[in-house]
Amino acid sequence: MIERFFRPMWAFVFRDWHLTRRYFSWVVVFVFYAIVNSATIALIGKAQGDFRLTLTLLLGVLLWSFLSAMYNEIANSISYERWEGTLEYTFMAPVSRLIHLTGVSLFAVIYSILRTIVILVGLVLFIQTSVSGANLLGVLAVLLVASLAFMGLGLMAAILPVMSPENGAQATNIFQGVLLLVSGIYYPISVLPSWVQPLAYLSPATYALEASRKLMGISNPDSRPGHLVGAPLSAVLPELGVLLLMGVILIPAGLLVFHQAEVWAKRTGKLKRTG
Amino acid sequence: MTTLNQTVQTQLAMKVRDLKKVFRKREGWVRAKVKEEWALKGVSFDVYQGETYGLLGPNGSGKSTLIRILSTLLVADGGQVQMMGLRLPQDENKLRRLLGRVSVDAAFYKKLSARENLLYAAQLYGLEPRAAERNAMQILERLGIESRRFGDPLEEMSRGMQQKIAITRALLINPPLLLLDEPTTGLDPKSRRDVQTFLEDLRAREGTTILLTTHDMAEAERLSHRIGFLAGGSLVAEGTAQSLKAQAGTDDLEEAFITLTGEDMGKDEEEDVER
Repeated sequence: MIERFFRPMWAFVFRDWHLTRRYFSWVVVFVFYAIVNSATIALIGKAQGDFRLTLTLLLGVLLWSFLSAMYNEIANSISYERWEGTLEYTFMAPVSRLIHLTGVSLFAVIYSILRTIVILVGLVLFIQTSVSGANLLGVLAVLLVASLAFMGLGLMAAILPVMSPENGAQATNIFQGVLLLVSGIYYPISVLPSWVQPLAYLSPATYALEASRKLMGISNPDSRPGHLVGAPLSAVLPELGVLLLMGVILIPAGLLVFHQAEVWAKRTGKLKRTG
Repeated sequence: MTTLNQTVQTQLAMKVRDLKKVFRKREGWVRAKVKEEWALKGVSFDVYQGETYGLLGPNGSGKSTLIRILSTLLVADGGQVQMMGLRLPQDENKLRRLLGRVSVDAAFYKKLSARENLLYAAQLYGLEPRAAERNAMQILERLGIESRRFGDPLEEMSRGMQQKIAITRALLINPPLLLLDEPTTGLDPKSRRDVQTFLEDLRAREGTTILLTTHDMAEAERLSHRIGFLAGGSLVAEGTAQSLKAQAGTDDLEEAFITLTGEDMGKDEEEDVER
């Protein structure tokens, strides 16, 4: 079990951790950029003097940042491997694609959550908004559960760098942008064109946002600036259930899509080094 | 069969029959044409256990395509492959545990150290990291790399050292079958000699079966029990170096190659259709 499952899975976490460590100064630069970028959006709420709007925007930018980091990690791990020429060695190893992609996703989720926490702290300090009373641990739990469904979608997005190492990794940003657009990232779904609105119910981000807003106390009428009344985790069990179900469906679907891309790549010789 | 040493057995390690691979390229949009380039046009050969079989051919002859198919990285368009009694593609998962591969370009995570790259590879195959590290140090020592270089990033190492690390990676799993795709191309004379001596030792000690592709006539003659001449995707001639030279009526292997294939080993790289 350890030799066939956990050790190969850990190999990807080991590799990605050491790669991140080697590029640590760039990680710091990009986290700084993410804080600056997020602040420009969250400050719109501050300018309006509306703490609920500020927190809605804050939550939106955090989810955007979380998904960006996660999808970038997953997609870049494929495009980086094609660039270095190591993808052939990874695919030659006796490792199932489930273990391979779970290992890559596991590091991506851990890294993205830690990064999001740093950005949250940076933003709260910079825009001087209190999140006292918000159920932040509950939000973390939602992110973890939602990560399963996001991973499933990430596996589908990971085929893009297999198809095109030059543009595929960047193209995952389009994928993520569309997902968050239909999920009402900074606004209620009702403002979307009516033909887009049904798509919102198919997106895990919709449920993650809805649950997080409740847990933060954004939609609670008793919340006041400086003191939020966040809901307990039990209040978002329906959303967690939907997210779990989506994860159960999307992970096998993502693996299936990736498998098809792998078969195509092995027919056309697309696993070869590009760097 | 003439042998360079006593380790060649009579059991087949590899049986390749009528192996074909074609790459299709779509040209144009409106009236799209599909251009076909045959990389392998029905190649058949056998390799016995403990034998080193050299494949000689110019760029574009199909050597790398053949190695990629045997490495489970490309799907053939026709023919049969059987290695250590297992068939491709049906038994590819089992086969992956028996195959080591070294390609012409040492593909690594260049920012990571030799130690990190090798431990990643070892864990992918489910090996215990400490035991793998000890094994790696022994192999590196035999290849003439000082242990103090183990922690250096690959990008700071010479091409020869990188290739020795690549050989170590392939041997970490102690594979009974080793696929070497031009392992000494671009190495300085000392590194080339180190690698060749190491391969001779390995074969004598472990009885490893080796499929070696090379441009280097002297290397093919030194290391191979038998040699196949590959030209234009076809195996044109096969035999011991001695018998091939006799067949061509010359005492020089390069001349024998030109006579028997009608091709020059220094063929232009632009003609390379390999993927």
